[in-house]
Amino acid sequence: MDTGDSVVQLDKVRKQYGSFVAVHEADFSIGRGEFFAMLGPSGCGKTTTLKMIAGFEEPTSGRILLEGEDVSDVPPHKRNVNTVFQQYALFPHMSVFDNIAFGPRSKKLNDTEVTRRVQEMLDVVRLGDFASRRPAQLSGGQQQRVALARALVNYPSALLLDEPLAALDLKLREAMQIELKRIQREVGITFVFVTHDQGEALTMSDRIAVMSEGRVEQVGAPFDIYSRPESLFVAGFIGSANLLPGTIASSDGGSTRVDLAGGAQVVVSAGNSADNVSLSVGTQVTVMIRPEQLSLGAAAGLSIDVTDTVFQGATLRLVGRMVNGTEVSAVLPVDPQRVTPAPGDSVTLSWHQSAPYLLDGWPDNAGSTTTNVDSIEAAL
Amino acid sequence: MTSAQSSRQKLGRKFINASAVLGLLYLFAPIVVIVLFSFNKPKGKYNIVWQGFTLDNWANPFSKPEFTDALIVSLQVAAVSTVCATLLGTLIAIALSRYRFKGSGAVNLFLVLPMTSPEIVLGSSLATLFLARGVERGFMTVVIAHIMFQVSFVAVTLRARIRGFDWALEQAAMDLGASPRRAFWKVTFPLILPGIIAASLLSFALSIDDFIITFFNAGSLVTFPLQVFGASRVAIPPQLNVLASMLLFGSIAIMVAGLIFESRRQRAASGSSRH
Repeated sequence: MDTGDSVVQLDKVRKQYGSFVAVHEADFSIGRGEFFAMLGPSGCGKTTTLKMIAGFEEPTSGRILLEGEDVSDVPPHKRNVNTVFQQYALFPHMSVFDNIAFGPRSKKLNDTEVTRRVQEMLDVVRLGDFASRRPAQLSGGQQQRVALARALVNYPSALLLDEPLAALDLKLREAMQIELKRIQREVGITFVFVTHDQGEALTMSDRIAVMSEGRVEQVGAPFDIYSRPESLFVAGFIGSANLLPGTIASSDGGSTRVDLAGGAQVVVSAGNSADNVSLSVGTQVTVMIRPEQLSLGAAAGLSIDVTDTVFQGATLRLVGRMVNGTEVSAVLPVDPQRVTPAPGDSVTLSWHQSAPYLLDGWPDNAGSTTTNVDSIEAAL
Repeated sequence: MTSAQSSRQKLGRKFINASAVLGLLYLFAPIVVIVLFSFNKPKGKYNIVWQGFTLDNWANPFSKPEFTDALIVSLQVAAVSTVCATLLGTLIAIALSRYRFKGSGAVNLFLVLPMTSPEIVLGSSLATLFLARGVERGFMTVVIAHIMFQVSFVAVTLRARIRGFDWALEQAAMDLGASPRRAFWKVTFPLILPGIIAASLLSFALSIDDFIITFFNAGSLVTFPLQVFGASRVAIPPQLNVLASMLLFGSIAIMVAGLIFESRRQRAASGSSRH
């Protein structure tokens, strides 16, 4: 990674509480002006990592660099980063204006400069008419924007956001996603954003760090993470994926043939595999094919027994099982010219030759392998 | 059947109202008597039989210097001990709700001990301590004794008031560049101030009021309750009622002011200017 223009850099940062390791050697950097997401399920260490960047938690080992300077031992009030807290933490006894002015006043700026900056921020978040209100008199979305303005008014090197949209209802959340992007473009400040919602991360971020059980599984642009996951966890967590366990039957430098545990054989094009996959014959691997990459047709492919079909408007989600019980789902375009498969039917699914992608190892519960995003979100 | 039921309900409601009135009478009769008899024109030394209405006592409330002096002593003791107890109790309450530390359970236990153990035990054991150490009893020993039990009341009351305090606000203040000191004075303190005031008023009243513990540790110092107790064997002048009424009205005034202040704050914080 180019560290020359990185605003935040984590250098083998580890956080341990007693014998529990909350964060294992996190090692990545965040560039200037980037919209960066830390994504993972509850307890994956993303919030702890954010708190270490803010200064509320101290790393057990490793260093945190801000603008190239080691700030591992610098207390929060002397770090040039600001946080938007999950529940906003607005000061209830102060007006919107005084809330936003709190940071500049703490830095002992003179009154004209304070007023100028606050006005500027009120314009950015479009709350000019609300300056004299108390936080309790604002809606959730307005409070959120006050929290943003209060943090941004300090011109931080990076703005840290801890699940900033979690407290909003769905409609407002979608509006705020766009609003956040607009504000970030307008101020040009690095945003570091913690979320458990992969849809949110994919929509908003320039890059994402996917975390699981304290480990950073992968850092990359949304498209790369979606299309070239480095681990089974990432493949299952980002979007939905058919994860089909198998063993490598042959590999000739060009393409690789995999015998699936379910009986079929899949050909994987060269280069379509995670970096850590060894292509030697007999290796246990998992073939990932995204549901939207599957289509009905041709004789060669995956034979499945349809168990469920869900009409979703423009698309049809088809769920079925291979002979060995492995669950497979496909998202098909709705075509009125064709007969829709019904539960109980046997169909053959095929794919473009560039679709299959190889991952190392087998899923924990090889057999029912589709990680359904909705169920993950419901569980959270 | 419905009419029988409703008449039984009516009877029940009457019973509830009657018992409520009786209960309030029981609570307020002594207070009313004290205020009422401050307007009495007594014959002899005891102001216990109604003789006739007069404003003389209120015109000369301080004509009995022994009572006035004792009241001043009580107010002085209460002022000093309340300031100290509020300071210490507030720090304890903040520490207990803000942090989990080794021994916080023990502190919790010790905190309620002075409130639950009999005053006579506290008073006598403290007196024994002062005697054994050769400390001359007087103003300072009474102040120390009062602080001892007031601290508990302040800490416990305040801790209950700040139970729901969002400590993320302090983090937010520091995140915005405020030193821990500035974060406390600009954010935490103004938000818990009403609780601190309520707790200190309570402990002020407890100090003015205290007899038993004071009695053991006063030496030659005479506080208002001690004076009243001592004098009641010889005389009960109506000025006593006047001074007691003043205390009563004073505390009612403070309470009402507090309520008005609090409701104004709440209205300011949530909604009055919504339209």
